[in-house]
Amino acid sequence: MEPFIKHTGLVAPMDRANVDTDQIIPKQFLKRIERTGYGQFLFNDWRFKEDGSLNPEFELNKNRYKGASILAAGSNFGSGSSREHAPWALMDYGFRCIIAPSFADIFYNNCFQNGILPIIAPDNIVVDIINKSRSTSNYKLNVDLKNLKAWDQDEDIVFQFKLDEFRRNSLMNGLDDIGITMQHESDISNFEKTRHKHGGVLRD
Amino acid sequence: MEYDQPRTLFEKIWQSHVVREQAGEPALLYVDLHLVHEVTSPQAFDGLRIADRSVRRTDLTVAVMDHNTPTWDLSLPVKDPIAKQQLDALEKNCDEFGVELYDRFSPLQGIVHIIAPEQGRTQPGKIIVCGDSHTSTHGAFGAFALGIGTSEVEHVLATQTLRQKKPLTMEINIDGQAPTGVSAKDIILGIIGRIGVAGAAGHVIEYTGQAITDLSMEGRMTVCNMSIEAGARAGMVAPDQTTFDYIRGRSHAPKDSEFQNATEQWSRLRSDPGSVYDARVTIEAKDLEPFITWGTNPGMVIPVTDKIPNPNNAIDETEKESWERALRYMDLKPDIPITDVSIDRVFIGSCTNARIEDIRAAATVAKGKKVNDQVYAMVVPGSVAVKEQAENEGLDRILIEAGFDWRVAGCSMCLGMNPDILQPKERCASTSNRNFEGRQGKGGRTHLVSPQMAAAAAIEGKFVDIRDW
Ligand code: SF4
Repeated sequence: MEPFIKHTGLVAPMDRANVDTDQIIPKQFLKRIERTGYGQFLFNDWRFKEDGSLNPEFELNKNRYKGASILAAGSNFGSGSSREHAPWALMDYGFRCIIAPSFADIFYNNCFQNGILPIIAPDNIVVDIINKSRSTSNYKLNVDLKNLKAWDQDEDIVFQFKLDEFRRNSLMNGLDDIGITMQHESDISNFEKTRHKHGGVLRD
Repeated sequence: MEYDQPRTLFEKIWQSHVVREQAGEPALLYVDLHLVHEVTSPQAFDGLRIADRSVRRTDLTVAVMDHNTPTWDLSLPVKDPIAKQQLDALEKNCDEFGVELYDRFSPLQGIVHIIAPEQGRTQPGKIIVCGDSHTSTHGAFGAFALGIGTSEVEHVLATQTLRQKKPLTMEINIDGQAPTGVSAKDIILGIIGRIGVAGAAGHVIEYTGQAITDLSMEGRMTVCNMSIEAGARAGMVAPDQTTFDYIRGRSHAPKDSEFQNATEQWSRLRSDPGSVYDARVTIEAKDLEPFITWGTNPGMVIPVTDKIPNPNNAIDETEKESWERALRYMDLKPDIPITDVSIDRVFIGSCTNARIEDIRAAATVAKGKKVNDQVYAMVVPGSVAVKEQAENEGLDRILIEAGFDWRVAGCSMCLGMNPDILQPKERCASTSNRNFEGRQGKGGRTHLVSPQMAAAAAIEGKFVDIRDW
């Protein structure tokens, strides 16, 4: 996994609440057996019209958001299906960071597994970012994971965000969760040996 | 260990599964049962292969083909080459890593959340995971059951553990007896309508109250299944005699004296008197009615006696816009009674409502009636076992005579990954769990209802109140 330390990127707005993973990557694209190549299908049913042509109304299709790597979205982003294809598609399309007032739990976890930073920011800040990304051309945000801080180019919006130490560390070092857990092999084997003692409810 | 504080059911399970806990780190939890299916696992097995890792506990892992298996004649080959590639990959992976697999011809095949309880693998007190958000279903047995992503699937395969930040707890008490005509599906739709699609985010719900304990295991599974639709990490019901009676005698259930021991242990799995939840919601069961979703998420739901909401009554601009967008997508006008809305398709199936009780409910409504000429209606049993039992009870005959299509088991049109999909603009009464845009087929319009309401809608060609039917 690519480490995430600092990132500066163009912001694209997605001014909707409850964007679900069925929209982020519709099910017809879940049949592949690879982790890559999903970017072309990101938001497929919104990005493309029925005849397959680009929907000019959809934000990500606007020229000014080409190359965006930060998505500013409404609350409860990533709800619904647990499909990790959603962060795969976002990542493959070029997003490294998503800012929203809240995220659905499984999606939030899935982001970290793929080097995407989901930032939870207060409602009014997200609204300001969305508005500025629309009114200012080439609107960029800087994200500093070490200091848990984000700010825009003219330092009009500056905010701190929270992230637990473990997640921050893994992202900054591009660490793979499995590798970390395997260092605790003895804890796992010990647990297995005394499994029946843990309330006695674990037997098969 | 002695605990001086009263503990909730969730806390008891959590604490008995912590392998390692460090401040500032999500806890490492032991997983008792890992369910695997074809859609969310190929990349996880690939990861193992690349890192030269094995499956740590093949005895606690079981795989099934369900999401994109065709649900018609099993003798026909899988036509979609990409679906076939995914099914073949699961077979190859299970073979290589030594994981037990129920393929599409197995007599034990079915939707993953239906077969595990059926076999008695789902038991109180277990931590159960699957790369599927509706894993919450298994919480009906008093297990902590949660959906995970593919990287986590790989993590569990390799280590039999899961990293989790401890969620908060929420009690949802459905007080009193549910009125006639109000099914388990209506209870959960009513809850989501009340608390919203993110109402339980970050929480594990424990459902309590008479309307919940009165439910059969099938009904409790329906309720827990849709916990995720309220944003919850999981949903659970404390195990009781209903739970034990359901488990007894199933192939993976403890036998004889072991079963006795197990029930003694399981009986302790309930929230202690005075235990504290982070949030509490009470709903009076008598206020519940049959519900129907009108919009594009499960929180957009109204009682069958109601009218389609008017965006002018939304609480703020954001809600107004989302209602307008939903009405446009669903092609509905505000202020018309939902019972004026006619439908093209009916889908009775999915891990929410494709257990034997659901098929019985649909057959009771359909008996001696005919499906409306304008409607194509299908019933997809949740598992081979449900299908066989329904056939033994003659339910298939009743449904077929009424004009329903009777299928073989699978997820089918719940998510339309197999050939069963809605055509653009088709309107469907569905017993599944998600009415998201395009979920059942691009441009398709889904209304979530109970099996009774779906069967009645099939016959009338439009929504009706099952209570006057
Ligand atoms: S029936 Fe639907 S919700 Fe349930 S596991 Fe299958 S696709 Fe998922």
